[in-house]
Amino acid sequence: MDINFTAEEAAFRDEVRAFLKDKLPADISRKVKEHKRLGKEDTVRWQKILNEQGWLALHWPKEYGGTGWSPIQKHIFEEECAEAGAPTVLPFGVNMVAPVIIKFGTQEQKDYYLPRILKSEDWWCQGYSEPGAGSDLASLKTRAVREGDHYVVNGQKTWTTLGQHADMIFCLVRTDPEAKKQEGISFLLIDMNTPGITVRPLITLDGEHEVNEVFFDDVKVPVENLVGEENKGWTCAKYLLTFERTGIAGVGQSKAALAHLKQVAAQQISNGRPLIEDPHFRRRLADVEMELMSLEMTNLRTVAAAEAGGVPGAESSFLKIMGTELRQEITHLFRTAAGPYALPFLNEALHDDFDGNYVGPEFAASVSARYFNFRKLSIFGGSNEIQKNIISKMILGL
Amino acid sequence: MDFKLSDEQRMLEETVGRLVRDTYTFETRNKILESEQGFSADVWQQFAELGLLGVPFSEEAGGFNGGGAELMVVAEGFGRGLVVEPYLATVVLCGTLVDKLGSDQQKEALIPAIIGGETRLSLALYEPNSRYEHNRVTTSAKKDGEGYVLNGEKAVVINGDSADQLVVIARTSGAEDDRDGLSAFLVDGNAAGVSRRGYPTIDGLRAAEVVLKDVKVGADALLGAEGQAIDALEDSLALGLVALCAEASGAMEVACDQTLEYIKERQQFGVPIGKFQALQHRMVEMRMELEKVRSITMLAACSLNESRELRDKRLAAAKAQVGKSGRRVAEEAIQLFGGMGMMEETPISHYAKRIVMIDHHLGDSEYHFGRLESLLDVE
Ligand SMILES: Cc1cc2nc3c(=O)[nH]c(=O)nc-3n(C[C@H](O)[C@H](O)[C@H](O)COP(=O)(O)OP(=O)(O)OC[C@H]3O[C@@H](n4cnc5c(N)ncnc54)[C@H](O)[C@@H]3O)c2cc1C
Ligand SMILES: Cc1cc2nc3c(=O)[nH]c(=O)nc-3n(C[C@H](O)[C@H](O)[C@H](O)COP(=O)(O)OP(=O)(O)OC[C@H]3O[C@@H](n4cnc5c(N)ncnc54)[C@H](O)[C@@H]3O)c2cc1C
Repeated sequence: MDINFTAEEAAFRDEVRAFLKDKLPADISRKVKEHKRLGKEDTVRWQKILNEQGWLALHWPKEYGGTGWSPIQKHIFEEECAEAGAPTVLPFGVNMVAPVIIKFGTQEQKDYYLPRILKSEDWWCQGYSEPGAGSDLASLKTRAVREGDHYVVNGQKTWTTLGQHADMIFCLVRTDPEAKKQEGISFLLIDMNTPGITVRPLITLDGEHEVNEVFFDDVKVPVENLVGEENKGWTCAKYLLTFERTGIAGVGQSKAALAHLKQVAAQQISNGRPLIEDPHFRRRLADVEMELMSLEMTNLRTVAAAEAGGVPGAESSFLKIMGTELRQEITHLFRTAAGPYALPFLNEALHDDFDGNYVGPEFAASVSARYFNFRKLSIFGGSNEIQKNIISKMILGL
Repeated sequence: MDFKLSDEQRMLEETVGRLVRDTYTFETRNKILESEQGFSADVWQQFAELGLLGVPFSEEAGGFNGGGAELMVVAEGFGRGLVVEPYLATVVLCGTLVDKLGSDQQKEALIPAIIGGETRLSLALYEPNSRYEHNRVTTSAKKDGEGYVLNGEKAVVINGDSADQLVVIARTSGAEDDRDGLSAFLVDGNAAGVSRRGYPTIDGLRAAEVVLKDVKVGADALLGAEGQAIDALEDSLALGLVALCAEASGAMEVACDQTLEYIKERQQFGVPIGKFQALQHRMVEMRMELEKVRSITMLAACSLNESRELRDKRLAAAKAQVGKSGRRVAEEAIQLFGGMGMMEETPISHYAKRIVMIDHHLGDSEYHFGRLESLLDVE
């Protein structure tokens, strides 16, 4: 057993570090590290830089313009990016719909969509959840009826992340209402500018506009936009959901956050001395650090198994639960560190272009909003209860 | 032993309950939050008419002569409706401090005006580097002829943006964290040298950063004896802690009720999600946390006349429990609501925010655990 990177892996890591040092715009990483809300432009700017380097499409095969990297390389890359304060790449296009198109799409679909995704020409969003279909995704009702050379779509999607910017949405729609739940579903690509689509903002409890409702009223979608076979959309959906998600544990994000938290705690004064010297707070930090070490190793074991050719299955459910709980706990500690200054809430101070005066220390401006916003981590992407159900069934055989 | 409320206390409970139920709806509250002032003058006037602003004051002063239990009953009711009006600041913290320390003249000038809803006060106590330590005060008050000159900064002064008068805790002598040498001053909110930067808090209140620069006050601004404010201040903070614990208890009760109702209604996989045992047990645990908070709040409310040490021990325990249990209930409530729990338009998110953030008022659970540790041997 050797837990260190091989010389080759270490060299790769150094290459990634050098690239980040050179190419990651300082203004963007500052915003990420200071927990500012990023605009669409920041994400797109960073995606274009990555694409120039050929490092945007982590999970795609080389022939489509992907990296063709091994699981360990992807892991190293994602961790380094997170630690350096690189923004998260918008996952819906490059990491979600693209692999589905590569696996199930027609040649025309590949030729048209994949280059546009690489060049960040389309902003994608994910249309899975509906008001009545959350954890029970297969009960979705949005209906698509075939009429000649197009489908007519009616229904509603909800919680659509960043749908307000979107050019395209990939949707699960019901094409056969008679069939069993999972069997009458199809996977459709829909242009957000099609008449009949209405996007309504949903404001989350931290005052953020991050999610939306998307309504479909007699929306005409060309049949060429069907991915895979009609009524076989669930296969695409499952492929996408179980798609190798090396970053799911968020180890890099937690490391970056913990490092920032330690800095903050060194500056905050409690009882007349730095908060980081307060034995209670220090113990909490130590606890988080311990959990992070365990998580990192668990994550690496999964990555190594994937490197050896294993397909990560229900194990990623462990990583999702552990990783999200840890990230949530760190936001709690940030809130604690801010003390009474966790209370002031200036929504505008969370925006990247804020140039007014903060109330209290600058880091405190976002701590409570972020704590509340991060409650989402245990809800979306398959709630943590659903992940536990998966583990019970798939790993424990219950 | 008798855990039942007296007839008077029950009437008080009903009065607050009716007011909150009938007039303080979620929609009304949202309008109040968006208003310029951040609270409703109408609602405040109703409090006055119903006698709620007089709860802790003596009958001679026109009050209700209430103690911890009365305050608990009122604050619990406010918690159920997430009331944002400046009751804690005006009545509980400042009102009782004036009542304790003030001269007859000062009391006559202020208490009836508080009870009548004409004057609102705010306690300018904590400072940028004091966190939750009420005796760590660097704001200075220097003798200046007959009066004093005040200089310093006060942090996150709840309702300090709109208060007519500030009760400023300043140091007249001693080192930064000495208990002796603290004095309380009445300062007009618009006095020369006072600047206030108001802002909303994430739990629906308003607060201000207050800077005092060469603020001149007369000798009649001093409340009580110079340098001797600490005991009375701690008495008022004790009442404040009871009110906050009770408010949390009321808000947690509603959070539990709403979550229970939701998991009975929300269907996934063809059944109400409340049929899943994984969620049933979580709901049970939430209720258990609520029961603990209810109980320890009663303990706190009934301990105000114990020795200072025993009182403080129980208050510390109560506030620490509220912090710990409140966080658990709020997080679980959001989780069981799923995506709906994350929405500004769902009432549960507002309950969750208030319940979690109560931990940042008058000392968080870490702070009170620390106090409890130091009082561990008190019996
Ligand atoms: C911020 C945010 C962004 C999102 N972005 C997107 C997006 O871009 N696209 C998209 O399609 N969706 C998105 N979602 C939706 C997300 O996937 C759903 O919220 C999630 O699937 C849960 O569904 P629900 O909210 O309807 O909760 P429900 O399914 O109603 O669940 C409520 C509670 O019941 C629990 N529960 C449900 N079933 C079971 C069970 N069998 N056993 C035990 N417990 C159970 C859940 O874990 C949860 O605690 C987003 C959600 C959020 C909060
Ligand atoms: C020290 C001791 C003293 C005792 N004294 C007495 C006595 O004086 N008289 C007497 O009659 N009995 C007595 N008992 C027996 C006791 O009542 C049983 O142990 C108890 O009822 C549990 O039954 P079990 O041991 O068969 O475990 P099981 O019922 O097999 O339970 C095993 C586990 O499954 C869980 N479980 C079971 N059903 C469910 C469910 N529906 N949902 C979720 N979880 C479930 C249980 O909580 C437990 O964790 C005693 C037991 C002990 C250990």
